[in-house]
Amino acid sequence: MEYKISDEDIEVILNDIFEQHGYDFTDYSKASIKRRINWVYAVDKIPSFAELRYKLKHDTGYLKRFVEEITVNVTEMFRDPSFYQVLRKDVLPTLGTYPLIRIWHAGCSTGEEVYSMAILLKELNLYHKSLLYATDINPSVLERARKGLFPLAQMKQYSENYILSGGNREFSHYYSANYSMAKFDETLKEKMIFSTHNLVSDGSFNEFQLIMCRNVLIYFDTDLQARVFSLFDGSLEKLGYLALGSKETLNFSTIASKYKQLNKQKIWRKLL
Amino acid sequence: MEKTALIGLVVIGGSAGSLDIILNTVSFLRSKNCPPVIIVIHRKNSDDSSLADLLAGRTQLKLKEAGEKDRLKPDSVYLAPADYHLLVEKDHTLSLDFSEKVNYSRPSIDVTFQTAAEAFGEKCFCILLSGASADGAEGLQLVNKMKGITAVQDPSNAEVAFMPQQAIDRFQPDYIVDTTDPKALANLINSLTAK
Ligand SMILES: C[S@@+](CC[C@H](N)C(=O)[O-])C[C@H]1O[C@@H](n2cnc3c(N)ncnc32)[C@H](O)[C@@H]1O
Repeated sequence: MEYKISDEDIEVILNDIFEQHGYDFTDYSKASIKRRINWVYAVDKIPSFAELRYKLKHDTGYLKRFVEEITVNVTEMFRDPSFYQVLRKDVLPTLGTYPLIRIWHAGCSTGEEVYSMAILLKELNLYHKSLLYATDINPSVLERARKGLFPLAQMKQYSENYILSGGNREFSHYYSANYSMAKFDETLKEKMIFSTHNLVSDGSFNEFQLIMCRNVLIYFDTDLQARVFSLFDGSLEKLGYLALGSKETLNFSTIASKYKQLNKQKIWRKLL
Repeated sequence: MEKTALIGLVVIGGSAGSLDIILNTVSFLRSKNCPPVIIVIHRKNSDDSSLADLLAGRTQLKLKEAGEKDRLKPDSVYLAPADYHLLVEKDHTLSLDFSEKVNYSRPSIDVTFQTAAEAFGEKCFCILLSGASADGAEGLQLVNKMKGITAVQDPSNAEVAFMPQQAIDRFQPDYIVDTTDPKALANLINSLTAK
């Protein structure tokens, strides 16, 4: 659909949101933010730009919706099976020699990635000594992640992904059907800690052996990416791992020299 | 004034039945002073590297799977990766976006056409080829609206007429390309982008 909100007006809105609510989207990639803002504007049938500004200023319910819609939440279980295979065969067994494994899922969205990790850890008998910190900017997706309810219609694909990632159990044994939803086993949640965390403005809150931040940095411009990389660097133990999405890279960042990439995978190990 | 003087970007969108035309086209494109070319093809998630290899084998231009923050350069062909939308930024870099499918497609041709038009305006040339999808037509119309140049494959010689026909039903594209000549599309691009 045709864009109704100009670049200048996008800047105005992003500045308003920052000044009034503290959410800073000004360093996000422009084309995606513009597309999404125009999309919300159209589907919500907002009559004018002035009205949109007014609503964002005074209607906190609407602001919440707006923030949720302009950030992309699409996610899957065992997305990129070959990536999970390397976690299963290489990364997690190495971390398994530690007394406690602390993992940070930054930008976890509705949690599919976190439950996938929990399944891997269970199958490797490491879950009891793991802690999974799952954070996102968006409280609504975290609420859904906490419930562990995912659409039943997705299970066929997830189960294929799971098998391709090296899983050899019956995937359906991890959930029970609940109307149109799959309810995941409660014990998968025992070591998960959900909390909001904004990668733009919040600092480091722990030291981890593995940080997963997949398909979040593609939405940030290069400067913001650099800031987030240094946040991760400051939150990662020596010999810890940083895992990114299939199209993201650490290679051109200032911290790259301290890291070694695991052959072709989007996983880097901190050497210093 | 010649509407075609300063083309800065070429975008080709195709779905079912478009691969042969795309392969022919990249093989006949001018290898010097060719503006950046983006290719968005609908396909299964898995055949990524094989498609890039196929294309690379047929062109003298530099072929690259589009990466996030890549800067568009002349004499280069960028293939939209499977399962991400490819967006063109105003600073002439590329962004990837894993958001909802558009017209059941990711990458969506509409998304790339629209952002290309936003970024390049009248300097963008977008082409819609054979396919069974409704994707691309709306984006192409927006390109036209923003004074970019548009072309569609002649539905009567497209393997699947639906996609180019959707565009024609919406507006009058600048060119309808008869692809019975395998060089036709490349010749058009070469002639419109010649300095
Ligand atoms: C596409 S999802 C990625 C989900 C999952 N990691 C994956 O790869 O499938 C991107 C997530 O990043 C979150 N996000 C965007 N900006 C953020 C920020 N500044 N801080 C924390 N999370 C953010 C969004 O709310 C969204 O849930």
